Amino acid sequence: MKLLPAALLVAAVALSACTNANRFGGDDLASANPTGGTPLNGVIAGSANDPASTAYFNQTVGDRVLFEVDQSTLTATGRATLDGQAGWLLTNSDYQAVIEGHADEQGTREYNLALGARRANAAQEYLVSKGVPASRLRVVSYGKERPIEICSNEACYAKNRRAVTVLAGGQTS
Amino acid sequence: MKFVTMCLALVCAFGLTAGASAQQGPLRITIEEGIITPLPFAVPTFQAETAEAGQLAQDLVRVIAADLQGTGVFREIPSSAFIAQYTDFNAPVSFPDWKAINAQALVTGAVAVTGNSVNVKFRVFDVVSGTNIGEGLQFSGTTDGWRRMAHKVADEVYSRITGEGGYFDSRVVYVSETGPKNQRAKRLAIMDYDGANVRYLTDSSAIVLAPRFSPTGDRVLYTSYATGFPRIYVLDIGSVQQRVLESAEGTMSFAPRFSPSGNTVVYSLSQGGNTDIYTMDINSGQSVRLTNTPSIETAPSYSPDGSQIVFESDRSGSPQLYIMSAGGGEAKRISFGEGRYGTPVWSPRGDLVAFTKQNAGRFHIGVMRTDGSEERLLTASFLDEGPTWSPNGRVIMFTRETQGEGGASSLYSVDITGRVLQRVNTPEGGSDPSWSPLQQ
Repeated sequence: MKLLPAALLVAAVALSACTNANRFGGDDLASANPTGGTPLNGVIAGSANDPASTAYFNQTVGDRVLFEVDQSTLTATGRATLDGQAGWLLTNSDYQAVIEGHADEQGTREYNLALGARRANAAQEYLVSKGVPASRLRVVSYGKERPIEICSNEACYAKNRRAVTVLAGGQTS
Repeated sequence: MKFVTMCLALVCAFGLTAGASAQQGPLRITIEEGIITPLPFAVPTFQAETAEAGQLAQDLVRVIAADLQGTGVFREIPSSAFIAQYTDFNAPVSFPDWKAINAQALVTGAVAVTGNSVNVKFRVFDVVSGTNIGEGLQFSGTTDGWRRMAHKVADEVYSRITGEGGYFDSRVVYVSETGPKNQRAKRLAIMDYDGANVRYLTDSSAIVLAPRFSPTGDRVLYTSYATGFPRIYVLDIGSVQQRVLESAEGTMSFAPRFSPSGNTVVYSLSQGGNTDIYTMDINSGQSVRLTNTPSIETAPSYSPDGSQIVFESDRSGSPQLYIMSAGGGEAKRISFGEGRYGTPVWSPRGDLVAFTKQNAGRFHIGVMRTDGSEERLLTASFLDEGPTWSPNGRVIMFTRETQGEGGASSLYSVDITGRVLQRVNTPEGGSDPSWSPLQQ
């Protein structure tokens, strides 16, 4: 599988076995996880306790924002999450990110691709407005191709209408 | 995975109509809306002219009967009801025996196999008047292409009785799917229209979407995430060679379709969150922007004469169908019913646009005239989408996805009266079908 669902990515990073597409042509996600994991001040590097880790970004900062039905306007909660992401990205400036836009399954394949592009772009523009260089961000839409929840009701749809900031690069030297 | 090349030579018309000139008008069934009574036909096992032809004589007849029966226009009379013993292609037909079982059309044939080559002859009769419908024909080809010969015979029978072009000797390219909804593996596949002879054209290492046949059926456009971003590729079916149609860094391109000439691709390009419609010269790579609005414009499809493009846009606030000139410019909205409209596809006959409609929590495949009038919904389900037209514009194939955690996609077909809905058998799940033109 080239594209793991984001929830699985956390586990994949911990195993240093991520196979995410290498979309920046350089470092992949696995290289963001320093090998060894020597405890430093009680914090295992790369674990969710390490504020510079992708795990911390994904779990504590929050890697995703959710959208209303058919909308690409950021919610107040979404903007707060993105504020956190922007702060983190500015602190951890060796990371780049791909923002993945997704839609729920209600809608045609083509329209949902375009809708996912709108959502990813909304998140990207917000991060740029908070000072994250646009050159560190790319967007991609998966439309309805990669739902994270698989039931066919609003409880799942609400989680599938998302823009996920997937980190790449990181501490490589 | 080897591409089987075969030539179907239309050798000759032979034999003349059987003398009698019945004057009650030819056997003819007109396909139109509303209820029709399927026309009963009989197709006895073909005469095996060589010893090796016995099995093929039976197999051919099964495929021919399935083709005709599957239209909903014809009804097969089972061989158990037959009175006449059909054994000799050249013996006179005992019409009273066929009339007695209410057959209205009769197809007789003979098949000879010599080594690797097959020769099939057939005649079509109007049982009621006791006359030939058209002249006898014969096809020759190779044994591994026998299904095509059966489809050719069935196309000929269908055409002679309905006056419409056939569609059985055609193929479908689609996305073959396995795995759960959140980790679905997709690869391109091609098959005969009836689900036989499936062959895979790509592996499933990257998501692939929405393949579209070229007007001559030799190439396929599709969208792949092979680079991590959606890009349009063109694939040669014979060689399985593919190449990307380049688009600028930071953009996404998808929803491609060929122009009727096969030289131009119309597609959607997303940049900065905005999706518009472009065309590209497939040889030079030169692109032209056709729409320039902040709304979503996607799912473009050419009229058969290449002069216009029907597409989907949410410029009104919800996705609706529009038609513009093939060079761009002002667009005219054609969908005005309740709900959301998408994936319009212009009929090869030019008269209708097929579409996906989403309304009140249900999805439908429907058709409307190109001015938006006479909208008719042909299907309803949890999720139907992505219509593609049979070469004669009489049948639509589409994707149906089932609801819930175990939801899966499969291919279905429906005729444009909406009466005949059928699942198309595929070895795995299937989506995004594209129907080829009739094969040459």
